[in-house]
Amino acid sequence: MLKLRCPNCGFVSDETELVNGGEAHLKRFGPGSADEDFEAYLFMRKNPMGVHFERWLHSYGCGKWFHAARCTITQEVFGTYSAQVSRPPSELIAEISEKRPGWSYRDWSGED
Amino acid sequence: MSRRLSDGGRLIDRNKPIRFTFDGKRLSGFQGDTLASALLANGETVVGRSFKFHRPRGIVASGPEEPNALVGLGQGPRREPNQVATMSELFDGLVAESQNRWPSLKFDAGALSDRFSRFLPAGFYYKTFISPRIAWRVLFEPAIRRMAGLGKPPELPDPDQYEHFHAHVDILVVGGGIAGLAAARLAAASGARVLVLEQKPVWGGRSAADGVTIGGAPATEWVRSTVNELEASGAALRLRTTALGAYSHGYVLACERLADHKPGESGARQRLWRIRASKVIVAAGAIERPLVCPGNDLPGVMLASAVRDYLSEFGVSAGDRIAIVANNDDAYRTGLALADSGVDVPAILDTRPSAAGELQALAREKGIRVLESSGVAEILGARRVRGIAVCPIDGRGAKSERISCDAVALSGGWSPAVHLWSHAGGKLLWDERSVLFRPDTNRPPPGDDGKAMAYSAGAANGVLLCRDIASDAEKAATAALQDLGIEPARMECPRVESGVGGEAATESAWLVPGSMTRADRSRAWLDFQNDVKVSDIDLAALEGYESVEHAKRYTTLGMATDQGKLSNVNGLAVLAADLGAEIPEVGTTTFRPPYVPVAMGAIAGEAAGELFKPVRKTPMHDWHERNGANWEPVGDWRRPYCYLRAGEGVKDAVNREVLRTRRGAGLLDASTLGKLLVAGPDAGRFMDMLYTSVMSSLPVGRCKYGLMCNENGFLMDDGVVARIDDTTFLCHTTTGGADRIHAWMEEWLQTEWWDWRAHVYNLTEQYAQIGVAGPSARSLLEKLGGMDLSAESFPFMHWRDGNIGKFKVRAYRISFSGELSFELAVRAGDGLELWTALIEAGEEFGAVAYGTECLHVMRAEKGFIMIGDETDGTVTPRDLGLNWAISKTKGDFIGKRALERPYLTRSDRWRLVGLELPRFKSKDALEDGIYLFEKGAVNAHGHTKMIGRVTSTYYSPTLERPIALALVESGPERLGEIVCVNSKDRGKDIAAKIVKPVFLDEEGRRQNA
Amino acid sequence: MSRYSAFAIAAKALNRHTGWDRAWASPEPRRRYDVVIVGAGGHGLATAYYLGKNHNIRDVAILEKGWLGGGNTGRNTTIVRSGYLQDDSVAIYELSRRLYETMSQDLNFNVMFSPRGLMMLAQTHHEARGYKRTVNANSLQGLATEFIGPRRVKELCPIIEISGPRFPVLGAFWQARGGTARHDAVAWAYARACSDMGMHIIQRCAVTGIRRGADGVRGVETEKGPIDCEKLGVVVAGHSGIVAEMAGLRLPIESVALQALVSEPVKPCLDVVVMANTVHGYISQSDKGELVIGGGTDGFNNYSQRGSFHHVEETVRALVETFPIISRLKMLRQWGGIVDMTGDRSPIISGTPVRNLFFNCGWGTGGFKAIPGSGWAMAELMAKGEPGSLAAPFGLERFREGRFIDESVAAGVAH
Repeated sequence: MLKLRCPNCGFVSDETELVNGGEAHLKRFGPGSADEDFEAYLFMRKNPMGVHFERWLHSYGCGKWFHAARCTITQEVFGTYSAQVSRPPSELIAEISEKRPGWSYRDWSGED
Repeated sequence: MSRRLSDGGRLIDRNKPIRFTFDGKRLSGFQGDTLASALLANGETVVGRSFKFHRPRGIVASGPEEPNALVGLGQGPRREPNQVATMSELFDGLVAESQNRWPSLKFDAGALSDRFSRFLPAGFYYKTFISPRIAWRVLFEPAIRRMAGLGKPPELPDPDQYEHFHAHVDILVVGGGIAGLAAARLAAASGARVLVLEQKPVWGGRSAADGVTIGGAPATEWVRSTVNELEASGAALRLRTTALGAYSHGYVLACERLADHKPGESGARQRLWRIRASKVIVAAGAIERPLVCPGNDLPGVMLASAVRDYLSEFGVSAGDRIAIVANNDDAYRTGLALADSGVDVPAILDTRPSAAGELQALAREKGIRVLESSGVAEILGARRVRGIAVCPIDGRGAKSERISCDAVALSGGWSPAVHLWSHAGGKLLWDERSVLFRPDTNRPPPGDDGKAMAYSAGAANGVLLCRDIASDAEKAATAALQDLGIEPARMECPRVESGVGGEAATESAWLVPGSMTRADRSRAWLDFQNDVKVSDIDLAALEGYESVEHAKRYTTLGMATDQGKLSNVNGLAVLAADLGAEIPEVGTTTFRPPYVPVAMGAIAGEAAGELFKPVRKTPMHDWHERNGANWEPVGDWRRPYCYLRAGEGVKDAVNREVLRTRRGAGLLDASTLGKLLVAGPDAGRFMDMLYTSVMSSLPVGRCKYGLMCNENGFLMDDGVVARIDDTTFLCHTTTGGADRIHAWMEEWLQTEWWDWRAHVYNLTEQYAQIGVAGPSARSLLEKLGGMDLSAESFPFMHWRDGNIGKFKVRAYRISFSGELSFELAVRAGDGLELWTALIEAGEEFGAVAYGTECLHVMRAEKGFIMIGDETDGTVTPRDLGLNWAISKTKGDFIGKRALERPYLTRSDRWRLVGLELPRFKSKDALEDGIYLFEKGAVNAHGHTKMIGRVTSTYYSPTLERPIALALVESGPERLGEIVCVNSKDRGKDIAAKIVKPVFLDEEGRRQNA
Repeated sequence: MSRYSAFAIAAKALNRHTGWDRAWASPEPRRRYDVVIVGAGGHGLATAYYLGKNHNIRDVAILEKGWLGGGNTGRNTTIVRSGYLQDDSVAIYELSRRLYETMSQDLNFNVMFSPRGLMMLAQTHHEARGYKRTVNANSLQGLATEFIGPRRVKELCPIIEISGPRFPVLGAFWQARGGTARHDAVAWAYARACSDMGMHIIQRCAVTGIRRGADGVRGVETEKGPIDCEKLGVVVAGHSGIVAEMAGLRLPIESVALQALVSEPVKPCLDVVVMANTVHGYISQSDKGELVIGGGTDGFNNYSQRGSFHHVEETVRALVETFPIISRLKMLRQWGGIVDMTGDRSPIISGTPVRNLFFNCGWGTGGFKAIPGSGWAMAELMAKGEPGSLAAPFGLERFREGRFIDESVAAGVAH
């Protein structure tokens, strides 16, 4: 039973108030894009065992989306942040790197 | 025989006798008794039968770990199977029945299986009943099912109520013994919000039964004053409340028994607590383990701590002559207490080589024989204990002496209650010195911040000596407070003493004697309820079921209702010995919630019956109800399927509604349709992404039918869009789609195009909406007076604000029936009044209220698609012939890229057509969901090749024949072709002719009128 | 391998059961095998078994990081059915169900397959139409299913409340030959049969890397050292993404927790399997007497085998509403499994861009029933190097093409 702080309204919210929106920071591919890119956008997922960046909707709350960084094994929440960014804040990345030696942020292309 | 002593019993009130029955026998006990203590007081030694061999079973324990004393409690709808007698408080009129026996507890036919136990080793059912194949299902399995199970399930619905509580605290303390109270005291004094839960009806845990003193006075005094102190400080304390499970991020579930001990009182029976705790302190104590020796399952064999509990708390002695077998010092306290109460203790068998401590000296002083290095060759007796055959611990069970007794108290050491710690991911370590698994404080369950979510204190932490308990608890509380950023208050640690001085170490003794003959191993029990013996674990190990999980599943060890609280550690010690491995290598099975079984009703809570998913109602709901609505659930709403008049069947009603609407007028409550307002300078741009067609160029005052796809290119919703002003659009969605599409729009706006200046408002419930359709629709509305509704000034696919009678409305000239039609939106509060006004005005035109089925028939006659019928999440707009609604000019819209994929552009996709059934002059539609197929052709799997499916099928009263819409392979290219349909209703495959998907008024003269 | 039978038990009883053979051997791994299967769950073991039985490939090792059958095979609600909608699903699930019918005899191990009948309740008109559609499709697919009315529902399952205030039962989809089997026994039976064919089941041997060359897969790195192989099959359900990453591949898969629970055992009260998809819950009674209950998945990626309580709460609430007598029965144990969900909720049985590397995954919430069929199809794919008609539709390429096998369309769920 997760609880997450919604960065929009500031409330710590119970999982029952929230809806998960899957992997964060996917890049949308539209008309004209390559088959591989479009397939990856729709279906391919990092699905990591460990640090995961994901989208949440504060559905039974302020109704706003936000991002969270969470460990999929321990459920540790490293932080929540605005939905209106295409990459996690660098402070958060730094903080996670410190907590999890050996971990580094990879964006959608699989590169750093 | 077990009996009530003439005095003693801290918890009972001898002035308040209580009557109850057990298997019809009238018995009595005292206020404060548990059912178990009262049964013992009445000499009821056999209280149940075991699961597999139906062996007689007596009470073993005094807490929720009890595996044997499970009874059916209560009568009629309140009868509850598998109630644990040790946790059931006695009340006047209690009715209990023993379980898993037939015809009676004394003579159980099922016990025959015990005679054949040699042929029924662990997992025997995997190796037999294999052939003939049919025999398993018709013969063996039914027999096994009848033998298995424990109690009988209730036959009537539960009349009781349950409720849920939410609590948010800084520190949750689980356990109201010395450790729990000491931790809570420090936490509360430091200013933390504290909740303390205790599963029993009294505070203090084992301290009273153990004769503990605090600060020189009996522990009960400190307990009383600490509870008062805590209450005064604002901490919440709850008795009879068992913490069931710990989940991520400090979520703890608990169940409070409110009325189980006083049935008939008003209010909820049980209360489920859903607690969010920043930190959890687990001070849930420890559970004693029995020793493993031949005959250890006989009624009369009990845990040494339980014997002491019954004596001290209830004034009940487990027998007249009680022998004690132990591998530790604590069990001596039982001997001493019994001797003090005048109960004969013939001997204490100590498995350890030297028993020369203070407790031993005291025991000897009281005339109790202490036999060192001793084991049990056998506990003697048939239906209950008659004696004990002593043997050296080192041998193979050669009997050295026989001691007669009628009860045996076993103590094989203690297992900390690590359940909650483990539920949420805390790890354990094996403590060889204390012979137990205890929480590894270096690997606690993680909280949301990655730091410890739980702390373990006292016996639950493996700290068994009472002098260390309080300091351990304060250590845990201090750590929890500091992690919370709360400065721990300075307090004096209570001085807890055992009355008797030092204790020598427990020494691991699993089997007593240490090695047993094969025959003895098959009479030495590990799991009393499931009848798992040492020989069963041996067999599992022999056959390669070496993992502790394999052994558990193969033998059913620890899978009984007590979930192995007594048996698991003994079992895995045996397994480890069999494998030549160390205990920690073998490891434990996974601890899963709940700690004790919890009623499904308590989990369900208040949300039962009408409150189970409450119904959404339109302003006209009650009118529909009064006027014969035959309801259909649609999402959370209910909509009238049709309105039944006296003597009318459903089909008649639907046909009447269709014909009356097509000939005169019909009224539809369309309030459930989604009404989403999209507004802002970028609203047009946003609309163009949402819909497949161009919406941004829609003139103000006009309406347009639009389609929405998901990113996979499949149709997800449709509806009419109205351009309200330059920067505002009103989007109608399907009933089921309103919330989903609203969320969909928000998601795109917030997470993809967050810099676009547009907003979405869900106005669905702000408006009541009424469809007025039929050739007389205009006249009907004009009768009420108001706005100009003429075709010239208010053409089809336009909207206008105005008045109808006294009502301020927004009128849309849109049609889902193919008739001349106006949809009137009014503020929700006016809905019912407008509706009734329209019904009254409609009388002279023969107008009717119509339901969803009439709506469906009329739209199918016109070939309009219905989301959920023609679509199922795999259908594209092109499949439905809706290419005209897909913009060729727009660079992008949601789903555009997907529609370019090869599989979605194939010409042989199933596409929309109409079907006629030329050979049938039936009043009945084809049945739902039938398929079209190619006779004789098969697919890659050898199935008959399907070439399409019927998506909508109705009897058209207008055309007086059945009609259907279908998706057919290359459908539009096959007009006129005759195909086969697999109708089951009509008994055989029938022929259908492919036609255009429109059956009525293709030119649209009616709607344009 | 000594045969199991009542006579064998009687004979072994004379020696107090000291003469039984191991059900499966526990060998040390060799340096090389023709085929390595990663994952000794039901699907992995069945793959190995059919490689041996159908294709005579017996130089096979099955590597397991924990204990065999310890993943979702040992933590599901044991339902076996084949009444799916789409041709491709029906083909594999029905083959699977048929193999279950004779599994006890084929493997000489009683897996307690019990075709006690399975119903999916229709509680909305839309759902009823969907099930009727499935029944009609099934009749063309040669599958015996029917749509039954509420009265028959009540006859088959007297404890159902068919006229509840909120979602009255309008009827049900009924597969008389659907039912349950003993989950652990399925893994054990396959393990015993594989071991008997000389295959190596190596437990507590986690794969830590996949070695590949220019011409495809070469072998694996494991906790117990490197192992070479010609062909590598990965059958690890929820952990597929992790293993795929070792080969530098990405999969259209997300791992989430699915929860289940059992009640305390009670005397028989529910003979059939009931699924109620509108309210999200399914229930059957085991031979031991426990009610076995499952519900929906948690909505977020999770590898912790522990779910959130509110899903249990919703499932139990729905079932108490549908089966009112269970209110006073008690939940004994709840647990979670990590299930691998694909983009269309149908499985993947597929080759990969890496030659001789094959994946079998994505069975989501419904894998147990598919174990034999999945193993059969995977074995055929691995033996021949290309899919047969069973596996062909479940290739990875379908996501790119937009060719989904979507079972959710007819009000069904993929349990």
